[in-house]
Amino acid sequence: MPDTGQTALLDRAGLDALVAALTADGRTVVGPTVRDGAVVLAELDGADALPWGWGTELEAGRYRLVRRDDGAAFAHTSGPQSWKSFLHPQREKLWDVDRDAAGELTVCPARNEPPSYAFLGVRPCDLRAIAIQDRVLAGGHFRDDGYAERRSGAFLIAAECTEPGATCFCVSMGSGPAAEAGFDLALTELIDTGGHRFLVRAGSAEGARILDRVPSEKGDTTTSDAARSAVDAARDRMGRAMPPMDLRALLGASPEAERWDDVAARCLTCGNCTMVCPTCFCTTTEEVTDLTGDHAERWQRWDSCFDLDFSYLHGGPVRASARSRYRQWLTHKLSTWHDQFDSTGCVGCGRCITWCPVGIDITEEVNALAEEARS
Amino acid sequence: MSTVPVPYRVIDRWDETRDTITLRLDPVGEPLAPFAPGRFAMVYAFGVGEIPVSVSSIPTDGGVAHTIRAVGAVSEALCRKRVGDAVGLRGPFGTGWQLETARGQDLVVVAGGIGLAPLRPLIRRVVADPRAYGRVNVLVGARTPADLVSRVEIRRWATAYTGVTVDHPGAYWRGEIGLVTRLLDGAQFDPGQATAFVCGPEPMIRATARDLVHRGVAADRVRVSLERNMRCATGHCGHCQLGPVLLCRDGPVIGFDRAEPLMRTREL
Repeated sequence: MPDTGQTALLDRAGLDALVAALTADGRTVVGPTVRDGAVVLAELDGADALPWGWGTELEAGRYRLVRRDDGAAFAHTSGPQSWKSFLHPQREKLWDVDRDAAGELTVCPARNEPPSYAFLGVRPCDLRAIAIQDRVLAGGHFRDDGYAERRSGAFLIAAECTEPGATCFCVSMGSGPAAEAGFDLALTELIDTGGHRFLVRAGSAEGARILDRVPSEKGDTTTSDAARSAVDAARDRMGRAMPPMDLRALLGASPEAERWDDVAARCLTCGNCTMVCPTCFCTTTEEVTDLTGDHAERWQRWDSCFDLDFSYLHGGPVRASARSRYRQWLTHKLSTWHDQFDSTGCVGCGRCITWCPVGIDITEEVNALAEEARS
Repeated sequence: MSTVPVPYRVIDRWDETRDTITLRLDPVGEPLAPFAPGRFAMVYAFGVGEIPVSVSSIPTDGGVAHTIRAVGAVSEALCRKRVGDAVGLRGPFGTGWQLETARGQDLVVVAGGIGLAPLRPLIRRVVADPRAYGRVNVLVGARTPADLVSRVEIRRWATAYTGVTVDHPGAYWRGEIGLVTRLLDGAQFDPGQATAFVCGPEPMIRATARDLVHRGVAADRVRVSLERNMRCATGHCGHCQLGPVLLCRDGPVIGFDRAEPLMRTREL
């Protein structure tokens, strides 16, 4: 998507007007808000619901909200959810089947009127994750129609990163901290002597159209330069990094690495990493019948390659050991994803590190694999 | 392509072995696109679920047949279907055997147990058009004589060589005993001009394909049909991964040149 070059400056009231303009267009605006001790993604009825003055403190297996003095709205890092909760929901009905008295089946695809979403505050890593799920779910020979419908109607407002967390490594995955493409609007939050404001760039015609309807000041080069340097500074403050090498080749050549046994001894195979990962797309299906026995529904729900049933074939699971399941996840993410979908499956958001109950760190594991490959 | 199951009716049903049946299915309304040998459908049992099943017959008068062994909830429900009952089908999915690329070649068709079912439509096409191929060999192995599917039909196929062997013969077996790879000695083919089609349990596929390559058949001309858990068949559920391969999309039939390193890694 081309940057239309149109920029504007919004203040807090302007951000609220932006939410109002999107809502007036019939869109469901979803963005970050503080709930239950975390920054979660939820429907917003105005910009006031954003996490003003909240930051996050992250470590492997640890997530805490912290108060900030500067009142920033986008100084938090990735929370437990990602946008896939909305574009590729946890549960989705696929079809209804009715069986009549003669035993004939009538199958109807589930018809859900998808909401027209506007996502406010999409991090560059998550923009990349959405682009990756686009390839997986809507870019192949078969298309996930539900996903494609929700996705094509979604309006994306990126928020560039100026406060990376300790578990972030987007720079080493090439997916942040700047928003370069794939957005309708991109915000950069600035808090300095010029005040608390948001530089907005339009990335699409629809973005420019919406921006025109919001009262704003024209962007100037001083503010643009300040925004650029704030994002550049974030680049140098990444908490973590992948080793600077061809990760696809490394993982492709490591199926028998000893490190898998080491990580398997710590991994609980709980699947948290797959649930919080913004690109993990795997699903399973469930058949549900009602009490009459003549109506059935087919549901799709998120699944995890860490679950024993995931690889079950008659007789037992193909991947019975924790070693093989962790290897599947990490190798898929960084290597075989390229073979299957022509891109990496990792965007460096750090969620799998933060939300691992035993603090397994994907960057530490890959660095160890690289070390083992060298020795 | 329809994304929901298309209703089909069971118009014939017969037992293959003690735990395996074949359902002959005709569309209730509009049929699915035509199947090719080696491709598969997601077969839906109302109220229970869906499983991937390769097509075991493609009758010239339309419809399709699936041969199913009762090993889980869905396959057991399908095995209980009677003539007149309804099932749902989605498909066709997968790569198929791509028999057209083997014209003029000697053929080595090797089946283990119910692995003969996905090969049956291929063999029928070959024996119906013998001048298109060189020497045709059909090698069939099963655990016991009672586990042989299509036992009568096997003997009717006009081939250069047909071999049948069992692991556990029982009292009345007069044929070969041992692994299906033993039959390769009797098969008539020029390894440099041969294409092989192999389906059965994974250890049998590995042993057979390795033996064929060892005898000089090019690994990419040894086509194997593999099996993994599948939920969607459209490349979106992630279950059928075998390393870089999505078996519903890139398989279930792949060349042994791709399959060999993947099958060598345990628990991949």
